[in-house]
Amino acid sequence: MSYQPIKFYQTGTFTVGNRLLDESDRSVQATATRENSLNSGHRACQGCGEALGARYAIDAAMAASNRQLIAANATGCLEVFSTPYPETSWQIPWIHSLFGNAPAVATGIAAAVKIKGRTDVRVVAQGGDGSTTDIGFGCLSGMFERNDDVLYICYDNEAYMNTGVQRSSATPPAARTATTMALGKSPGNVFGQGKNLPQIAMAHNIPYVATATVADLHDLEHKVTTAMGIHGARYIHILVPCPLGWGSPSNDTIKLARLAKETGLFPVYEALDGEVTSVSKIRKHMPVEEYLKLQRRFAHLFGKNPATETIARIQAMADKNIRKFGLLGEGVKS
Amino acid sequence: MTLKQIEGSHGVAETIALCRPEVICAYPISPQTHIVEGLGEMVKEGLLNAEFINVESEFAAMSVAIGSSAAGARTYTATASQGLLFMAEAVYNAAGLGLPIVMTVANRAIGAPINIWNDHSDSMSQRDCGWIQLFAETNQEAMDLHIQAFKLAEELSLPVMVCMDGFILTHAYERLDVPTQQQVDAFLPPFEPRQVLDPLRPVSIGAMVGPEAYTEVRYLAHVKQLQALYLLPEIAADFKQVFGRIAGGLIRPYQTEGADTVVIALGSVLGTIKDVVDEMQEAGHKIGVLGITSFRPFPLEAIREALKGATRIIVLEKCFAVGVGGIVATNVRMAVDGTGQRVLTIVAGLGGRAITKTSLNAIFLDAMADKLKALTFMDMNHSVVDRVLEHERTVRRSGPIAESVLRDIGVVASNIA
Repeated sequence: MSYQPIKFYQTGTFTVGNRLLDESDRSVQATATRENSLNSGHRACQGCGEALGARYAIDAAMAASNRQLIAANATGCLEVFSTPYPETSWQIPWIHSLFGNAPAVATGIAAAVKIKGRTDVRVVAQGGDGSTTDIGFGCLSGMFERNDDVLYICYDNEAYMNTGVQRSSATPPAARTATTMALGKSPGNVFGQGKNLPQIAMAHNIPYVATATVADLHDLEHKVTTAMGIHGARYIHILVPCPLGWGSPSNDTIKLARLAKETGLFPVYEALDGEVTSVSKIRKHMPVEEYLKLQRRFAHLFGKNPATETIARIQAMADKNIRKFGLLGEGVKS
Repeated sequence: MTLKQIEGSHGVAETIALCRPEVICAYPISPQTHIVEGLGEMVKEGLLNAEFINVESEFAAMSVAIGSSAAGARTYTATASQGLLFMAEAVYNAAGLGLPIVMTVANRAIGAPINIWNDHSDSMSQRDCGWIQLFAETNQEAMDLHIQAFKLAEELSLPVMVCMDGFILTHAYERLDVPTQQQVDAFLPPFEPRQVLDPLRPVSIGAMVGPEAYTEVRYLAHVKQLQALYLLPEIAADFKQVFGRIAGGLIRPYQTEGADTVVIALGSVLGTIKDVVDEMQEAGHKIGVLGITSFRPFPLEAIREALKGATRIIVLEKCFAVGVGGIVATNVRMAVDGTGQRVLTIVAGLGGRAITKTSLNAIFLDAMADKLKALTFMDMNHSVVDRVLEHERTVRRSGPIAESVLRDIGVVASNIA
């Protein structure tokens, strides 16, 4: 899918209006024939980034697979809010087994589909950052290493939200969670290395890795569609703000996802066979304070005695991403 | 019938191949590994049309099996010991999801202390997971039980674990009757799942169930497993029709008629026990044997019936529940509840300790002379145990049990400061 060179003054916002695009370039969600794979009626919170991301991602995968899609889901918010027995929001064949095994379950489904000669049927696995970067990491790495024909989608809201906002290996430094309290000399999460899953996925040399946010849903759809055009192990890491866990107003979900990208804290890019092939440039470079101050999980960094040193360290992380991925510069899209 | 001189593991591998599995998950752990190696060879050579997946752990092995079985493929894996424990969460899950996976457990002890040899601690740790558990007495029966296992699993939509003694069976070379493809095909119809992940008929599998229905769901799982009590004898009868030999069923009484004392056991040790019992009978003792093939579901009524004439029941088991005692014995007590029959527990063969005819003969005679305690550890070195306990009474920091015992026995004493 090519991007139409639209000037942003035409819309006055960062959002590219669908009406300005050729019909073929319009969002899957803008079509009357969209699948509503994750149907209305589920129990997600107001402003849930994960529900939004999943709806766009799975519908795009459905469109790209000619509706021949099976999904494996890890335990977590997405699983719990979509399938309170005996109801289900899923309009596609869907299985939930355990917290840490969605990639392996998907491998099994792909193997069954293959041996039965159903070459048309495609498999996705999905989970949050806890199941992806922590408890399911072994299964995920195994699935990557074998290059099994599975698209794995991680909805990253940077903590264990379903169990009550505890730290995961995707939680950013200084963030307050129920297990990294805003107390003591260095409140919030430690400044560790974190676990950079997209980079780890790339190190497996799998055919396709991409990051995306729910601020640019068209880009998200484009990446899912690209991934579905490829066979083998593929990984898409989507940043999905969580109003509950981040302590942000539910109407700031999109804004926060956008700021994560515009500050450089969350680089948005694509990689083929382990090499970065495109990055989404920062459109309007913002300091990290603009992102942090909207979230109560970072509230302890501000107030009467702002933690300027901590904020500077976070800014340095963003600056490093900008250097590493070349996020500043000409051209809106590469 | 053509007999082949092969290893037990290869007999099982050849039999599994005849059952036409579509997905096989392989992860190495002794003493199971030769089985999946054998299958891998057949797939690689093109003799078996299946997806052979080298997974990164036992947890992944069972998880891949869950996915492939839910997507409608006949699925097989094998494990043992630590591997079974490592996949435990997925083992329970497969049963809860009602997926007819067949798994071999090549029975082996559990660490610490790490021990690769045979006992039944591994599969006994999963006795409440919802899987059907069948114990093979011989390699021939291990092969035959796998064919029955697929039929039973798919009939009930429940997973089946075939337990065979690690090394004692898996690594023993003997003459085995590998059935023909025609025989297996005549016995085992193609897998037609009750519920399958298919884009044509979308279903959600694995939804969350709250307090309002969880009890009912668990009870129904119990009722469903109990159905195997009726199915297993039927399947064994069908099996005899096609293959011409006896295998499977619930229990296997041997010389129990007129026996005052009946010895109950599971697995390969039954062979040794039968030899001992034959000799004791010749010497005029009224002793018989009852082998249990189906440990889950546990055939309470069949066992009660089979033990009717006995006044003394000896359960010889290769496992025990720390803090209580016998595991099989506890189940047997449920079977004879209210009859007043005495149930003695003999724990033997832990971590691969040889179970000899001499020891069995002596301990059975002790039991019949009412000289045996309710719980006895056969061939245990009491002086070592007493010394360790004495040492612990005097020295507070006594270290891990294993090291204390080794130090005391003197195997590594010269290397320990």
